[in-house]
Amino acid sequence: MLPVSFGLAFLQTAEIAGAPLSIKLSWCLALSAVLFTIGVAGVLIQRNVIVLFMCVELMLNAVNLTLVAFSRFLNDVTGQLFVFIVMTVAAAEAAVGLAIIISLFRNRETLNVDEADLLKL
Amino acid sequence: MDLVTQISQSIPAILFFALAALAVVAAFNIILQRNPIYSAIGLIVVLMALAGVFLTLAAPFIAAIQVIVYAGAIMVLFVFVIMLLNVRAEESITDKAKYLKLVAPALFIVLLAEVGAIVGALNVPAKTVLSANDVADPSKVLGTVESIAQAMFTSYLLPFEATSVLILMAIVGSMLLAKRETHEEAKMAYDAQRDYQQKAGD
Repeated sequence: MLPVSFGLAFLQTAEIAGAPLSIKLSWCLALSAVLFTIGVAGVLIQRNVIVLFMCVELMLNAVNLTLVAFSRFLNDVTGQLFVFIVMTVAAAEAAVGLAIIISLFRNRETLNVDEADLLKL
Repeated sequence: MDLVTQISQSIPAILFFALAALAVVAAFNIILQRNPIYSAIGLIVVLMALAGVFLTLAAPFIAAIQVIVYAGAIMVLFVFVIMLLNVRAEESITDKAKYLKLVAPALFIVLLAEVGAIVGALNVPAKTVLSANDVADPSKVLGTVESIAQAMFTSYLLPFEATSVLILMAIVGSMLLAKRETHEEAKMAYDAQRDYQQKAGD
């Protein structure tokens, strides 16, 4: 019950008419865009395959933030449900991806993505 | 309206800004560190900060799941793999990476400007979520366990079941991928292939 009452308290403070400073949708979308672009930049500049994976998780989280923000501002629970499903997909992806990383390391003794170029012509 | 009410009503927005700044700084920490374990710590900070942001956006259930599943389960998996493979910090970065390091910030700024332009043109007022009657019935309040469960097990039952199949596939797939081939298994596979080739030769 505690998180629920916390959420309700936040809502009640945010919903009073003429509140001087309340969260806006564009702030949430801007934060989400910044986090997503940082994730993209990380995929471009990092060479360690585990860190690339973390950047993918960061991008998934940025999308989650967008979904939660729209869910809040359109007052529709569907967005939060999508976040739940995205988290499940992220968990499955992490399990399979880390297994791939382990077998890559076993075969190549490296985590550098530039050295895993077997399919390159 | 006196100052105390004004400040107390601004608390969610102030929290949002503080957590957003923390998340952005920690996200930069992820991509700029050489040692993957520091990157993992940065990602944990981002996830916790986003959990706080979700709380300010009327999503207490999602915030709890974020901490339990992401910061709890997925990050433990990441740290476990980093420790298992005993990864050291990258020693040197090749010339190609230097070239990419010039391209990435440029792309970052272009993307940021593009999204900023779209976001700047957007103005959606928040709908009122609560009324006095709704508080008595949690299933009508956005973001509670009751309302999410009601949607999940009625209109979105099929996607929910599909994710359970997905998780089953992930379990089987990761076990198969990470399994080490024993010496005997390798020998058996080799023998089978040799027999097959002999048969094909006859």
